[in-house]
Amino acid sequence: MRVLSAHAVAATLAAGLALGPMPAMAGKAFVSNERGNTITVVDTEKWEVITEFFGGNRPRGITMSPDGTKVYVCASDDNLVRVFDAETYEELPSLPSGPDPELFILEPSGTRLYIANEDDNLVTVTDTETRRVLAEVPVGVEPEGMGMSPDAKWVVNTSETTNMAHFISTEDYKIKHNVLVDQRPRYAQYTADGTRLYVSSEIGGTVSVMDIAPDGTPTMIKKLTFEVPGVLPEWLQPVGIKVTADGSRVFVALGPANRVAVVDGQSLEVIDYIIVGQRVWQLDFTPDEKFLLTTNGNSNDITVIDVAGEKAIKSIQVGEQPWGVVTQRNGGS
Amino acid sequence: MQLRFPPLCAAIVLVFSATFAQAIDVRTAVLRVDYQTQLPISRFDYIPEDVGFAGARLADEDNSTTGSFLGHTYKTETRAATPEDAEAALRELLDQGIRLVVVLADRDDLLRLTDQAAQSDALVFNAAAPDTDLRSDDCRANLLHTALSYGQMADAVAQFALWKKWPRWLLVAGSNAGDRALADAYHHAARKFGAKIVEERVFEDTGGARRTDSGHVLVQRQLPVFMQDTKAHDVVMAADATDYFAAYLPYHLWTPRPVMGSAGLRPAQMHGGHEAYGATQLQSRFEKLAGRYIRDADYNTWMALRAVGEAVTRAGTASAEGVRAYLLSEDFELASFKGQGVSFRPWNGQMRQQVLLYDDRVTVSVSPQDGFLHQNSPQDTLGLDEPESNCTAFD
Repeated sequence: MRVLSAHAVAATLAAGLALGPMPAMAGKAFVSNERGNTITVVDTEKWEVITEFFGGNRPRGITMSPDGTKVYVCASDDNLVRVFDAETYEELPSLPSGPDPELFILEPSGTRLYIANEDDNLVTVTDTETRRVLAEVPVGVEPEGMGMSPDAKWVVNTSETTNMAHFISTEDYKIKHNVLVDQRPRYAQYTADGTRLYVSSEIGGTVSVMDIAPDGTPTMIKKLTFEVPGVLPEWLQPVGIKVTADGSRVFVALGPANRVAVVDGQSLEVIDYIIVGQRVWQLDFTPDEKFLLTTNGNSNDITVIDVAGEKAIKSIQVGEQPWGVVTQRNGGS
Repeated sequence: MQLRFPPLCAAIVLVFSATFAQAIDVRTAVLRVDYQTQLPISRFDYIPEDVGFAGARLADEDNSTTGSFLGHTYKTETRAATPEDAEAALRELLDQGIRLVVVLADRDDLLRLTDQAAQSDALVFNAAAPDTDLRSDDCRANLLHTALSYGQMADAVAQFALWKKWPRWLLVAGSNAGDRALADAYHHAARKFGAKIVEERVFEDTGGARRTDSGHVLVQRQLPVFMQDTKAHDVVMAADATDYFAAYLPYHLWTPRPVMGSAGLRPAQMHGGHEAYGATQLQSRFEKLAGRYIRDADYNTWMALRAVGEAVTRAGTASAEGVRAYLLSEDFELASFKGQGVSFRPWNGQMRQQVLLYDDRVTVSVSPQDGFLHQNSPQDTLGLDEPESNCTAFD
């Protein structure tokens, strides 16, 4: 059995190599450069820049289709979601997003895209196949962070001026729970088992930790705080969050503190701070979870963190003011 | 003045659990006193009719959106009055039961209105008056300031000048009382941060029309003469709170030097060009609603009412007493679109905040500058620090 399946994989890979213009097996990361209006493509094995292409005006949030073939980009100043082929980098037909899209989240099936419209106090739900808007959900002032429960039943939006996490049911697009968090919430991240949610507050300097009941009801259990000797507390501004699949480690990007905090997912204690580039905002793991990539907006680079070793191993220059990062799953084949 | 607000720590804890159950209708007001003043030097600076009020409308919208999730409603009454009518206007607002009032007025009128409000246990937010003594000897227990003081403005500019290593200043001050008060703030800033005012000149306000045809011809001949034969200096600091001469200084100096303060590089609380720290969203919300760029008075009013909204949201209170206690507590923090949260100084009611340094087009820098340290908050390097303030109303 084992031998047979290995052969099957090899055959698939060979077919992919023969058909595609680029080797499909090389892992890639796509970085949105907010000021440069470009997307930088990084080879996640050689840690080299493959290319950089036009990504729309003010590209911020970035994600990929579950099959790894398409890159979706919130082109904030174009008021739409731009779509690119992950192999050829050619632009595909755009998606309607509502005004000023900043961040979004794609459901695991790849169909419905939930987009935060920062200027309009709305979350827009767009069908990626029909390219139609399915719903607009009124939320708090300046919606930004978008998280989704692993069962895709809940979308969590954070509103930066209202300072709430809004729990939206994906069945009827209605808000079922609102939880107050600290000032300027930027990002929401569920654990892979869906029992916990982390919400970062940039100006509040905290990460709110909520336990999630089986019916989706949140209960606030703790607020994580951060402290780094020699760094002014005002500069400890949590933004991006990623949690390992087993929930044991939580990585929190701390903005102008130029560090990523490592939090023990069990004890909820901060155990380390990893120095990265300047003004670190968003994060993504490589699909094997060996590496964590950080976007450093003020040093125009990304840092590669060795997840097991919990240390930074490399930085790579990308475009101007990198904002978001997504790694390619499923090799795009 | 008697302190009418008892210390309130317990109240905050008590109301927290009730926050979500309780419907609250929040009533606030903005009272603006309009003065007969000279026209500004530049027609770009004409004061819009809805100045301050537009900030209140945006705050009502923002607070109401948040309130819609919690069962809270917000409504702000706005009144413009002459100095003579101001007391009657405030009386009418207080008679409606409003106890949270933002006032945009000069120092003396502000104090008069604040004391009147105190008779009804109302809390006043100063969104306009920069006079430093309002944060010191003449402070009031029921007066919080979202407006910057002259001290905060001067210190913000001073830190930037010193960061640039431009420590020798030529101070050019106006002759009106406000100009003198601002000049004093620059003297204080120079002592505080180690700059040297090598010379001070006073530009007399001789009155007359601000607007004359071809006025620039005279300016071009007269100002360089006024500015010649000075001691060596790195920068010209202009203290012109009444806006009658500083705008002419750049390009009309004798010695070519940067101008800072009331012209050139100016301190601002918010300006229409500021985009960093998420401010683009504030700008576009404001412009959609007001059809113009935001001004300091709008921002200060918005901040005051947003602070009220935070107290209502987080502490479940809309009483003057409850709002004041929450805003002066360590729990209060508000995002400001200037990179850091803001809070109120518990010793004099001044909002501590970042100060934008603005060249009339872009944000050049934001103070406090790197390297100016403080044991509590870098924002407390700007304006009167606790040991410097003679305010006792908050003890």
